[in-house]
Amino acid sequence: MAELLFWPALLLYGEAAVGYLGDARRPGVAGRAATWGVRLGWLAQTALLGVQAARRDGFPWATWAGSLNLFVWLVVSAYLIWGCRRPYRLLGLTVMPLAAVLLVVARAGGGTGVGGTSHYSNLFLVLHVGLVLAAFAGFTLAASLSGLYLWQERRLKQRAATVLRRSVPALATLDGLALRTVAWSLPALTLGLGVGLVRLVVDGDRVDALVLATGVTWLVWAAYLWLRFVAGWSGRRAAYLALAGFALVIVVRLALPATHFA
Amino acid sequence: MRLVLVGTSHHRAPVELRERVALEREQAATLAARLAEGGRETVCLSTCNRTEIYLAAEDAEQAERDAVAALAELEPEVAHALYRLRDQAAALHLFRVAAGLDSLVPGEGEILGQVRIAHELGTTGPLLDRVFRQALHSGRKVRAQTAIGHSPASVSSAAAALAEQVFGDLADRSILLVGAGKISEQAARNLRSRGARISFVANRTRGRAEELARRLGAEALPLAGIEEELARADVVVASTSAPGYVLDAAAVRRALGGRRGRQLLLIDLAVPRDLDPAIHDLEACYLYDIDDLQAIVAETLSGRRREAERAESLVAAEADKFHEWHAALDVVPAIASLRARAEEIREAELQKAEGLLERLDESQRRAVEAITTQIVNKLLHLPTVRMKQAAAAADGVLYAEAVRHLFGLGEDER
Repeated sequence: MAELLFWPALLLYGEAAVGYLGDARRPGVAGRAATWGVRLGWLAQTALLGVQAARRDGFPWATWAGSLNLFVWLVVSAYLIWGCRRPYRLLGLTVMPLAAVLLVVARAGGGTGVGGTSHYSNLFLVLHVGLVLAAFAGFTLAASLSGLYLWQERRLKQRAATVLRRSVPALATLDGLALRTVAWSLPALTLGLGVGLVRLVVDGDRVDALVLATGVTWLVWAAYLWLRFVAGWSGRRAAYLALAGFALVIVVRLALPATHFA
Repeated sequence: MRLVLVGTSHHRAPVELRERVALEREQAATLAARLAEGGRETVCLSTCNRTEIYLAAEDAEQAERDAVAALAELEPEVAHALYRLRDQAAALHLFRVAAGLDSLVPGEGEILGQVRIAHELGTTGPLLDRVFRQALHSGRKVRAQTAIGHSPASVSSAAAALAEQVFGDLADRSILLVGAGKISEQAARNLRSRGARISFVANRTRGRAEELARRLGAEALPLAGIEEELARADVVVASTSAPGYVLDAAAVRRALGGRRGRQLLLIDLAVPRDLDPAIHDLEACYLYDIDDLQAIVAETLSGRRREAERAESLVAAEADKFHEWHAALDVVPAIASLRARAEEIREAELQKAEGLLERLDESQRRAVEAITTQIVNKLLHLPTVRMKQAAAAADGVLYAEAVRHLFGLGEDER
């Protein structure tokens, strides 16, 4: 059943990625098709997660690949909050290809099937894995918003005659949304990390590379908020910092996780 | 009924001529009522770019002569600048007008409302009511299904659209006007129409600044006060006749400290320029001068023209639908007569067979009625469809005459 649901989700996310590409070239039908691809793909993946949860007696996304599957779902969910509105279609061009690729990686790692049980409690896994992944999804969206900000800001600086041709969210809107997304995501990461650290201390485990890298990621995003709220950063500088923070999210999610999940 | 159009527009007449045949709403309504005497339908559409009279009449020649005379009464010279269209061509013209395809700026939105008001003020009947309703429908459809009206068509509206690209909702944004001339006022009105608030008007002559500030609900400033207000402003619109820069990059740089990275959009509508071009290099500052804005308008207008091609096909399809409906009107009397004749024959034959039919019970009689009605309907179905099709292809009147002749439909039935 899970297998049956994976393919529609992947195909629809892929269709959305291609649709957004077409919409970037010629806005219109392709964009609408892409939006429906995201909606239906998200429904298919929600059903997939539902089947995984029903088949397993407990939290089914404790493995690296399983957590990647959940991460993709959270990223698409966060995108859906704004992404279906016309001016945000360009955002889909950055989010949906990433979602499709990560879903394939999750499947290659066995994260879309029904995995084994974890020795950790469900409450711990929901709080730790769920909150950290939700925060990372928020950071991913904030980075996408920042990327779109930099693209639009560059066009305004270039004084391109075509600057009004596309419907794109205003600079101030993108800047504000990125800030709000991070402001919601950092507390989630703080709580998720805190729960993990408490468990680490209780079990007497060692701090691994992933924990350290996640700590650095937390510092970067905390600095982002501090610089924005206290030092008055906004616009281009804040957008570059968000992209740097996202690079760390990618490292944490894809490059370092093996030992942590072992 | 024939559809007749007589009118003039920016394509044929210069503004000096158009303004002499332009009609106020009451005048348009009165003229429509006067021309409608004798059972005709009339609508007068008058805007700054056109004055057109639409009539629905049995005698198209006479209707056209009356419309020409009515316009010539307003201005005799207009006669050589008039166009005269009939039936399908007149309907297509109206559809194009309502869609903004005949406007000076393709896709401009005002014309749809003007067509609606003209329709409301006119003396309409079945034909003009139908054609105007369909024109309004196609105008709305074009705007909904194409991007013809999305982009700005003037320098001041491009400036306002840029402000929205930077800030989104302009409701809480503060606008500083530098210069109190007509261009500043026009830009201010465009920004206000999108929800912006004009906070300050700065001008070399304090009196003019105060006068414009009063009209816009803003505060007047001397030119020396600009730098202080820069920290609070979101958009600066400059349009003075000063020979040099009114605001240089150093002054803006000093103001940036108090802005905490907020974006600042500067619009320079003056020639020679009022704002130092180096301002554009400062972080979060976006400076657009008149050339930049004109390039944006030229690009968006070319975009509108591209969209106009799509709009033309939508309008043509709507005009075809109207034509089919209008053409069918020519054969409707013949079809009605034919059906009446067939029904008359059916009833007469049943009457003749009454002696036999009275032996039947009620349900059997109803069955006979139904069968004979069905036979008549089936026999007449194809000729009816073919006559309507022929009407759309302009052969309708010939077919109608042939049917009248073949079935012996009398003149009194016409």
